[in-house]
Amino acid sequence: MSERVPLVRLDGVGKNYGNIIALRDVSLEVHAGEVACVLGDNGAGKSTLIKIIAGLHRHDTGTYEVQGEPVVFESPRDALDRGIATVYQDLAVVPLMPVWRNFFLGSEKRKAWGMLDVDFMRRTTKAELLRMGIDLRDVDQPIGTLSGGERQCVAIARAVYFGAKVLILDEPTAALGVKQAGVVLRYIVQARERGLGVVFITHNPHHAYPVGDRFLILNRGRVLGYHTKDEITREDLTSLMAGGAELQQLAHELESTSRTVAEELTE
Amino acid sequence: MGQAVADPSPKVAGGDERLAQRSLARRLLSRPELGALLGAVVVFVFFSVVADAFLRAESFSTVLYAASTFGIMAVGVSLLMIGGEFDLSAGVMVTTSALVAALVSYQLTLNLWVGVAISFVVTLALGFLNGLLYVKTGLPSFIITLATFFMLAGANLGVTKAVTGNVASDSVRDMDGFSSARAVFASQLDIGGVSVNITVFWWLLLVAVATWILLRTRIGNWIFAVGGAPASARAVGVPVDRTKIGLFMGVAFCAWLSGMHLVFAFATVQSGEGVGNEFFYIICAVIGGCLLTGGYGSAVGAAIGAFIFGMTNKGIVYAEWNPDWFKFFLGAMLLLATVVNLVVRRRMEQSR
Ligand SMILES: Nc1ncnc2c1ncn2[C@@H]1O[C@H](COP(=O)(O)OP(=O)(O)OP(=O)(O)O)[C@@H](O)[C@H]1O
Ligand SMILES: [Mg+2]
Repeated sequence: MSERVPLVRLDGVGKNYGNIIALRDVSLEVHAGEVACVLGDNGAGKSTLIKIIAGLHRHDTGTYEVQGEPVVFESPRDALDRGIATVYQDLAVVPLMPVWRNFFLGSEKRKAWGMLDVDFMRRTTKAELLRMGIDLRDVDQPIGTLSGGERQCVAIARAVYFGAKVLILDEPTAALGVKQAGVVLRYIVQARERGLGVVFITHNPHHAYPVGDRFLILNRGRVLGYHTKDEITREDLTSLMAGGAELQQLAHELESTSRTVAEELTE
Repeated sequence: MGQAVADPSPKVAGGDERLAQRSLARRLLSRPELGALLGAVVVFVFFSVVADAFLRAESFSTVLYAASTFGIMAVGVSLLMIGGEFDLSAGVMVTTSALVAALVSYQLTLNLWVGVAISFVVTLALGFLNGLLYVKTGLPSFIITLATFFMLAGANLGVTKAVTGNVASDSVRDMDGFSSARAVFASQLDIGGVSVNITVFWWLLLVAVATWILLRTRIGNWIFAVGGAPASARAVGVPVDRTKIGLFMGVAFCAWLSGMHLVFAFATVQSGEGVGNEFFYIICAVIGGCLLTGGYGSAVGAAIGAFIFGMTNKGIVYAEWNPDWFKFFLGAMLLLATVVNLVVRRRMEQSR
């Protein structure tokens, strides 16, 4: 496995926002046909990491290679041109624009004379969303009028549609119901089977473990652990992520407070 | 349906039972131009009643001419506003453009067409500069163009006085190329016995082209996106900076066309002109349904806004009122139009 050139390789990457150190010395490999999961608490630097991969931010230290070639992306366009598509946590949609225009924004399909191929784009948007189990009333409605989950699905469907080689998903299951979350996880597996490299960011180890091949756990901008699936169990992953001892203490505290509350109520 | 975009063929969504058949009224309600259209009808009826001369064909031609001189600029300004920016230098840039053509041709005794071409390059460069300053500094376009507004206003007067010793440029009426350039920029065309200024046709052409760009090209998609959510647009690969610079240059192009009309309609250019006009352009765009915050609006709406502007401007004259009242009316209309737009948009959002 290590013989193959990874689609995306980060080595010792760091990023500062002014004097805030958001990431320090992070390494990650994403291979074709594999899912790399990035886990961590709020503010751990997960979004920062994928924004570097997606070309939205430039890394300050370390190297970033795409298919063995060091790159410094000027803009997300450069990353897209290399087949790296991203679903951002804030979804990167323009609320006032129709769903189909959002779907194709930045990668518009054109006919002769630079004319937009509106029919094709409407049809494709409708069909791709249907494949995700979203039966949209009207692809001409402003995307701002969709529910959070529906918007999430549009963003995912868009990235899947345009992600030629690498698909990055920043907490795609966070806003979703159980059924839609299942659909997204199945999408991730499908993408892996089609030979794409997937970077999957989540808070939820139960979503990450079944689909992931590698797990990068971040904490306050540093690497807490980087494991392949055969090195780590689901339980290890869960406790590593939440800081197992802390969680047990929290459980204790919650138990005792709920007991006192219960006592107060019975008085 | 998308307020940002027309939907000429809503057949795709046809088969869905949750989508109640959208009535024509509902579809109209969701158009950004609706408020302006209603306003135009009201203003038209009003002046038809109070001013007998208003309904004559020649009067209508005069109204259209007034509308076109502001409407041409409103095209560029409305696209820029949809793209989320303002250009306060637009008014004086028209004068700058006219002065460049007139002064350069006269001083160097060039064919006027050469002056026209030089003015084209200079004016577009000014638009580019506005855009570049905005993109490079990240300051609000309001501030950037306020600065260029004052600089251009000062330079217009300063350079003209230094060159001619006067506040106006020397007349270019007798110079080579005047008559042919006048035919293009400032002639009267005879339409069914009524003489109509050529600027009216330039205006309508610009509106058509701008509408096509907005609704049927990739650039149009980008314009709505950079106005509506620039960070999102950038994240999905839209060249935000280039789009914004292009929009400032679009305003400059309109300023050039308007400037050339000034030169060839009057032969001399008053260097103090144009100050304050930038607000009229913005008013046309806002009455036409462009959102001040960007991401929403249409070129057709801005054209209707300019038409209202022209009707009010000339209607007051035909009604034989004191023209001082024009600005009062304009302000009242702006207030009314923005309130109507607000109500319409709320209704539309609720109707989903
Ligand atoms: N544009 C920015 N400017 C300054 N600081 C930032 C910026 N973006 C992120 N940060 C900081 O960097 C750190 C990492 O943020 P990041 O968004 O990468 O976290 P995250 O792991 O994605 O968190 P979450 O799970 O809440 O999405 C945080 O402390 C955050 O405050
Ligand atoms: Mg995040």
